[in-house]
Amino acid sequence: MTVFYSLVLAFMMLIPQSQQQDQKARQGTYAITNARIETVSDGTIENGTVVIEGDRIIAVGINVAIPEGAQLIDGSGMHVYPGMIDSGTSLGLVEVGSVAETNDTNEVGEVTPHMDALTAVNPNAVAIPVTRVSGITTVITEPGGGLLPGTAAAINLFGYTAEQMHAGDVRMLVLQFPRKGGFGNFRRFRGGGAARDPEAEYKKAMDKLNEIWDRASLYQKIAAAYAADPSGKTMPVYAPEMDAITPVLTGDRKLMVKVDGEKDILAAINWVQERKLTNVVFSGVSEGWRVADKLAEAGIACLVGPMLATPTRGSDRYDRAYANIGLMADAGVTVAIRSGETENVRNLAFNAGFAAAYGMGKEAALKAVTLGPAQIFGIDADYGSIEVGKKANLFLSDGDPFETSTNILALFIDGFNVPIESRHLDLYQEFLNRDEGRLQPVEVLPADH
Amino acid sequence: MNRFTLICAALVFLLAGSVSAQDVLFRNATVLTITDGDLENTDVLVSGGIITEIGSNIRAPRGITEVDATGKYLMPGIIDAHSHIALTSVNEGSSPVTAEVSMEDVVNPYHLGIYRALAGGVTTSHTMHGSANVIGGQNETIKHRFGTKDPDDVRFEGAPRTIKFALGENPTRVHGNRGSGGTGAIVPATRMGVEQVLRGSFENGKRYMEAWDAYTAEAATNPRAVPPAYNNRLEVMADILRGDVLVHCHSYRADEILMLTRVFNDYEVRKITFQHANEAFKVAPELAAYGAYASVFADWWSYKFEVYYSTSYNAAILMRNGVVTSINSDSGELNRHLYHEAAKSQRYGGLNDAEALSMITINPAIQLGIQDRVGSIEIGKDGDLTLFDGHPLSVYAIPAMTFVDGIKYFDRFEDADDMRLQISPSAEIGTFEGQITGRDHIHDETEVLDFFELFGEDILTTIDSQ
Repeated sequence: MTVFYSLVLAFMMLIPQSQQQDQKARQGTYAITNARIETVSDGTIENGTVVIEGDRIIAVGINVAIPEGAQLIDGSGMHVYPGMIDSGTSLGLVEVGSVAETNDTNEVGEVTPHMDALTAVNPNAVAIPVTRVSGITTVITEPGGGLLPGTAAAINLFGYTAEQMHAGDVRMLVLQFPRKGGFGNFRRFRGGGAARDPEAEYKKAMDKLNEIWDRASLYQKIAAAYAADPSGKTMPVYAPEMDAITPVLTGDRKLMVKVDGEKDILAAINWVQERKLTNVVFSGVSEGWRVADKLAEAGIACLVGPMLATPTRGSDRYDRAYANIGLMADAGVTVAIRSGETENVRNLAFNAGFAAAYGMGKEAALKAVTLGPAQIFGIDADYGSIEVGKKANLFLSDGDPFETSTNILALFIDGFNVPIESRHLDLYQEFLNRDEGRLQPVEVLPADH
Repeated sequence: MNRFTLICAALVFLLAGSVSAQDVLFRNATVLTITDGDLENTDVLVSGGIITEIGSNIRAPRGITEVDATGKYLMPGIIDAHSHIALTSVNEGSSPVTAEVSMEDVVNPYHLGIYRALAGGVTTSHTMHGSANVIGGQNETIKHRFGTKDPDDVRFEGAPRTIKFALGENPTRVHGNRGSGGTGAIVPATRMGVEQVLRGSFENGKRYMEAWDAYTAEAATNPRAVPPAYNNRLEVMADILRGDVLVHCHSYRADEILMLTRVFNDYEVRKITFQHANEAFKVAPELAAYGAYASVFADWWSYKFEVYYSTSYNAAILMRNGVVTSINSDSGELNRHLYHEAAKSQRYGGLNDAEALSMITINPAIQLGIQDRVGSIEIGKDGDLTLFDGHPLSVYAIPAMTFVDGIKYFDRFEDADDMRLQISPSAEIGTFEGQITGRDHIHDETEVLDFFELFGEDILTTIDSQ
């Protein structure tokens, strides 16, 4: 019996028998007592109680009345944290990385803003339980590939349909901002053919972006005019690409600009300002520290990461990628952490841990995976902290969730007490003492050769 | 300075006991010896590049550099049993069997990846051939003596020869043209074919070895004895059969791991480390019985089909079943935080500190056959040491200094930001190069190519083989 299973089993004793048998996630009324509650929004509460009813937190504090019939969970020695939010992943869109048939991130074409990530999220992707048992309850999942690859969405990591999983109605239009200079798609080099001209390629990409944006602006005016009064006007042609950009032009939908290099960040700041776009967030931003003051001045929030990456330049200090987000935060940039992962989104907490160690500090790093992103996405009324009235997205652990040895012992998403189960745990249970159920031993090796 | 002063200075130097550049004394550290527990408030003396004393209040040789390690943790230099840093090419993908090639010929001591590894506390890397071929090339075990221009200076002198094998999807894709991206439809296209490629190579190697042994015996008495035809590929196969070359085999599935074990059993090859081995946990009792080793990832999975049925508890299951297990990087990003990768075995399987740390120190040393030299803090071992400012298994730990043979090659506070040894005109400071991240494992190691070095820029990247 390992320590972890002792802990999980000891913990399960606290959960009513009926639920242990089927291990089915259920909503209900739960009271977690005697726990150290990291609210994020309002400090730490020692020996506190959190009451969950339905999908909401209905009480938090020390002297809290526990509703009759509530299922009690003794949180003695445990910590309660708000569920972590990863601000950039492909979770749910990919099952097996190299098997193209299981990979739904990249549609054909450079301009496909009408592709909706939520459509292709597989609620039963094996990586989803693997992720949530590490305390991550919500992620942004993004399409990728072209200039305007589609629309990203926030999803909670429990549910059977996209509608059940969609968190706070968050959708963001993804723009892969053109890259200046020699870097870009490595694979182009391999194909041979004509030598690349990075300057010309960059200009072409920017021209294309501007042309699309001009067309989208024109389309929006025509469509709006037609919607206001169709009489005597020709109905605009069906242009789903343009329709997908319209809510960004009106400020109703956030534009997520994926941008990394220093020059590109500066160009992107100029571009969004020229285009008078205010509902904008930058994503990636691996050289943000170089222009942190500019980003702060522009007031553009940044979804930064991964931290677990090499420096962007050979000339840079070895730990720049770890330190980047802390330097940006120090300069006054509003930040959140993204892992950039698919099957290993569970490493979000470790990205945060490295950011914390290399200058950001634990408190700021915790905020950058909880309340920080919730505020950036405009869902902080429901997400990101342990507060009355918020969604019951939270977990119990035996310590600091960034610390590598910490165990996550219980998990609530949307008020469901989601079991700590995943394929990785299943295989562990099956194979740790593989042959203990076998009566007659079989010769280990060799087989009949 | 007059002559007298010079003589005096020389005398003082001689009387001081000739402190060398390879001498250093760590004061008051928490010493994680790996093989002999943790020692609080302990000094460690390195003389001439060798650990000569471990204890308290060690008398300092005059003139020696002292490092105040109060509140810090001193551990053996970390060993990465699977790396591709410091190489100018990785795969000789032209044939399913290329035992004759060696990474020795393509070591690049300028590679910035060496410094970045040092900054993560890594002092030795097993820098390997790729996994395109069933029997790939020979690997090179290097010490991170960053700063030299001579490839020979980074070699781990005296380390046993090792060779890369590969099973499963990569060799069958590359040679059998299974899926796409292969070079031609030749055997192997299946895991059955992989076995036969191995058996054919070993049988030919055995006959070659026997022919040479017979010739050598005959030549002792018969000067007219005719030697067999020389074959550099079969020479290496014969050396494997003689036990002179350790096999490190890229593998994932349990069935293929057992297959190779059976083949080795038939040819009496005993020294095998299964690399990656994502499904080794399924056959842990068999590996333990054979004495086979495993060198695994902490948590990589699902980037290709043969790692879909993986578990991050792999290392813990293997260790609990008595398999000598290491955690490796196979990545120019991951190798900078192997201490953190090892710590994941505490979340995924509850290994204790000693077990977790053994997987990046003494266990990889055993797998590379260098355990008499490195992998623990013991008197007589090399002065390859890493100083952490917190316990190395904490996510908040930061490596502060790294020493190889008693010489400091990394210092968090004293090193310049730009540590490149080779700056090409096309890689000015203003060049944004991109990053290696955890996503790069998607491409596996089939086609790892030090692409930017070909263009004078220093970044190891991975090219999609599809």
